[in-house]
Amino acid sequence: MNALPAESIDVIRQPINKATIRLAGDSGDGMQLAGERFTAASAIMGNEVATLSNFPAEIRAPLGTLAGVSGFQVTFGVGRVHTIADEADTLLAMNPAALRKNIPCLKKGGILIVDEDTFTADDLSKAGYAENPLNTAALKDYQLFPVPMTKITRESLKKTELLKKEKEIDRCRNFFALGLACWLYQRDLKTTLQWLDRKFSRHPEVAGANKIALQSGWNYGESTGVFPVIFVLEGAAAGREPGFYRRVTGNEAAALGLVSAAAKAGLPLYFGGYPITPASEIMQELSKLAWPDVFTFQAEDEIAAVGAAVGAAYGGALAATATSGPGFVLKTEFINLAVMVELPLVVIDVQRAGPSTGLPTKTEQSDLLAALWGRSGDSPLVVMAAQSPKDCFDVVVEAARVAVKYMTPVVVLSDNYLSTGTEIWRIPELDDLPEITISRELKGKDKFLPYERNPETLARPWVVPGTAGKGHRVGGLEKDLTGMISDDPKNHQKMTRLRAEKINNVTKEIGPLTVHGDPAGKLLLIGWGSTYGIIRQVVEKLHKTGMPVACTHLRYLHPLPEDLGDLIRRFPDVLVPENNMGQLWLKLRAEFAKEYIRNLNVVEGRPFTEREIEDAIIDRLKEK
Amino acid sequence: MEQNTAQPPCSRKDYLGAIDPKWCPGCGAFPVLSGVTAAFAALEIPKEKIAVVSGIGCSSRFPYYLDTFGLHTIHGRPATVAMGLKTTRPDLSVWVVSGDGDSLSIGGNHFLHTMRRNPDINYLLFNNQIYGLTKGQASPTSAAGTISKTSVYGSIDMPVQPLSLALTAGATFAARVLDSDLTTMKEVFKQAERHRGISFVEILFNCVTFADGALEAVADKKKRSDNTVMLKAGEPIIFGRESDKGIRMKGTTPEVVTLGQNGISAADLLVHDPADFNLAFLLSRLHYPAAPLPLGIFRQVAQPTYNERLIEQKRRGAPKPGEDALGKLLRGPDFWEEKTG
Repeated sequence: MNALPAESIDVIRQPINKATIRLAGDSGDGMQLAGERFTAASAIMGNEVATLSNFPAEIRAPLGTLAGVSGFQVTFGVGRVHTIADEADTLLAMNPAALRKNIPCLKKGGILIVDEDTFTADDLSKAGYAENPLNTAALKDYQLFPVPMTKITRESLKKTELLKKEKEIDRCRNFFALGLACWLYQRDLKTTLQWLDRKFSRHPEVAGANKIALQSGWNYGESTGVFPVIFVLEGAAAGREPGFYRRVTGNEAAALGLVSAAAKAGLPLYFGGYPITPASEIMQELSKLAWPDVFTFQAEDEIAAVGAAVGAAYGGALAATATSGPGFVLKTEFINLAVMVELPLVVIDVQRAGPSTGLPTKTEQSDLLAALWGRSGDSPLVVMAAQSPKDCFDVVVEAARVAVKYMTPVVVLSDNYLSTGTEIWRIPELDDLPEITISRELKGKDKFLPYERNPETLARPWVVPGTAGKGHRVGGLEKDLTGMISDDPKNHQKMTRLRAEKINNVTKEIGPLTVHGDPAGKLLLIGWGSTYGIIRQVVEKLHKTGMPVACTHLRYLHPLPEDLGDLIRRFPDVLVPENNMGQLWLKLRAEFAKEYIRNLNVVEGRPFTEREIEDAIIDRLKEK
Repeated sequence: MEQNTAQPPCSRKDYLGAIDPKWCPGCGAFPVLSGVTAAFAALEIPKEKIAVVSGIGCSSRFPYYLDTFGLHTIHGRPATVAMGLKTTRPDLSVWVVSGDGDSLSIGGNHFLHTMRRNPDINYLLFNNQIYGLTKGQASPTSAAGTISKTSVYGSIDMPVQPLSLALTAGATFAARVLDSDLTTMKEVFKQAERHRGISFVEILFNCVTFADGALEAVADKKKRSDNTVMLKAGEPIIFGRESDKGIRMKGTTPEVVTLGQNGISAADLLVHDPADFNLAFLLSRLHYPAAPLPLGIFRQVAQPTYNERLIEQKRRGAPKPGEDALGKLLRGPDFWEEKTG
């Protein structure tokens, strides 16, 4: 069924090594799905990919309106793809609202494909167009291709009688668009066809209709001669290590990380959650598992979710919870209890733009200070951040490892961009994961004391109910070595210091920092979390042009790596780009007291663009 | 983590902790400690198999006075912790110790959901109708008009009826005991532990410092027989010093009657049936002085527990023996293999 470009039609095959396409439509048009299938096809063809989903907070905002527009952007290439590109080479817009909202993301001269059938007076007015932009000079900066997508989809499906209602037929338009996009970039249709069969195995008529729509889209490109150019990815492939691969989103990776860490540690997994955007997929993924040793609990609220996890940790399970900003602050008191009783706990915060409900479906990195310091009392815990979708797996495994070794809650910061972003991931074996060592009782002691610490880590032993002769009491009150309540002021000073020292000991777990770009340069960029790809890409590009710029990226936000201070002192100028108003910047200023540590902040609910980072670097270097 | 089973202790004192309780002299929590440890001993539960999870308040210091496993958590939320513990450790005997402010005010949400899920947990609600540890503020069970530090002119809130709430939320075992009646307490705690599912016990206990005498009319040994009624399964509801009073239905409303008057006999009275939800709820609405205060077990029915339902799901959904379930999960439906670098 898949076809190669016909030789008969005179079409130019333009070689490229990287491209970015953006698919946009109404939130009911299935553009996320089309984007995912385009990404899947690219990944299996050996390309590297990075994706960005942009969808409204409402499930179905009024049809055809600007508020209801949903977009999916994918950058794919034969070399390394660190991040999505700022601007798309091709934009595919399913209606006037999608066009209006997404046209700023299309580069000048880019290819613009629209479903011309949707440019009706009604939809134009809903999108705020006084005049039809297809008939004016409004789009003169782009290569415009109006395609009657609705009409062709209807015509090609009406004859088949697979779907009866026009409404159902129109739902296949996204596959027409996908087929056309696949032709334009010569993506193999095979994976999508197989996926349709699998997905709709119980509804073969739906699978069949979508297959026809997909092929019609491809055929439109191939046979009409409307498009003068197709793009063929050429160049050396990234060279993947042999092994099994898949695409993974940040939230999928986080869920898989929890299951794998528990398996590696030989512990049952207990996950307490409460639905919240953009973290819910983690609980949903785990809910699919009815395994004897995986427990997923949808609690009555955010507080109960973490409370149940604390209870499971007390009983000896690897316990975790996941949430986003508003839920994260609700969990604070229980996280503090886990700090105080010293139980292992993994808390994943998939950050979104705040404060309060904020922008629920938009990305931000603004919970860092809440994670570091947002609790009552002197309450130290470990904070780490994931730098890419697939890194969510590694960070969660690392968080679990540190939690059970040091008997502490560990906060993992992900964000909306990572949670829905896709990356190609080499599937690990359990043997590939780091060993997980549980804090056990010290050998050779006469008497069991629940707060007697391992001299190396300062962790207390994890002795669970059911252990004969080891009954003891722990709680949120200050205690002494026996676990019993102590209001002795000197003991409180000692315990406060010990809790802090224990967390500082976690620096032993942190490997040396990696520096990209010019290690002897004049400007160092320090990033954390999801800005990894964009910072590294820009720094490496500018370094190649001779600029004295370097970057490093932090996985651990508390404690900080021991070699960070020396690295900062080696550079005369430091810039900290963050999707917040300067939270890591504040911490670095506090820790290292260097006035030349400057900040670069964007809080528009989206990742940095290349241009923003590039301009900031050039500015800083000019100033020096 | 090793889990050896030692010989069960035989005396209630074996379950007591090394330190003396720091409750006010005469506090109603002391006899509850006796009742709970007596039930542990009678059932011969190994000490290490008991986990007591408490919230915040006077009663929530309870675990510190036991020689079992104990976790003193945060205000209002011990039931959430017990949920996670019991789910992953069904081998443990899990007891929640909570107060009226803890369970019905700050933790009201958790109370509702714990009851409806029916986990095999024993839930002891110490109800003294006042905030004691914070030194005397009105609680959600304080009677209307209660004068306290924060209801200086009398509380204008209507009180929560814990048993009505627990029953409505789905409690499969619901009982009420008095701190001054050790015999009933011990028996009810034993029944609670034996019950599979949530066992909710409201313990009316006296706060000698901030609400002394609030329970006098029902707890005082001399007045108790006239002002309370002990519920017994299968028996007509009879009370009074002379066992001459009873409760019968008048239309949809219960009324107090005297046996022998107007030809009323025991055959006219309500017969207690712990399997009857409507009766249990109706009894939970009776309060002194309008009626005698019912005590004992209101409801006791067998329903699948949270863990039993979970195990049933896991039995159906578990990976097949020998299956590489983790490998399959990690690969997902869309994986591919790269053979050369």
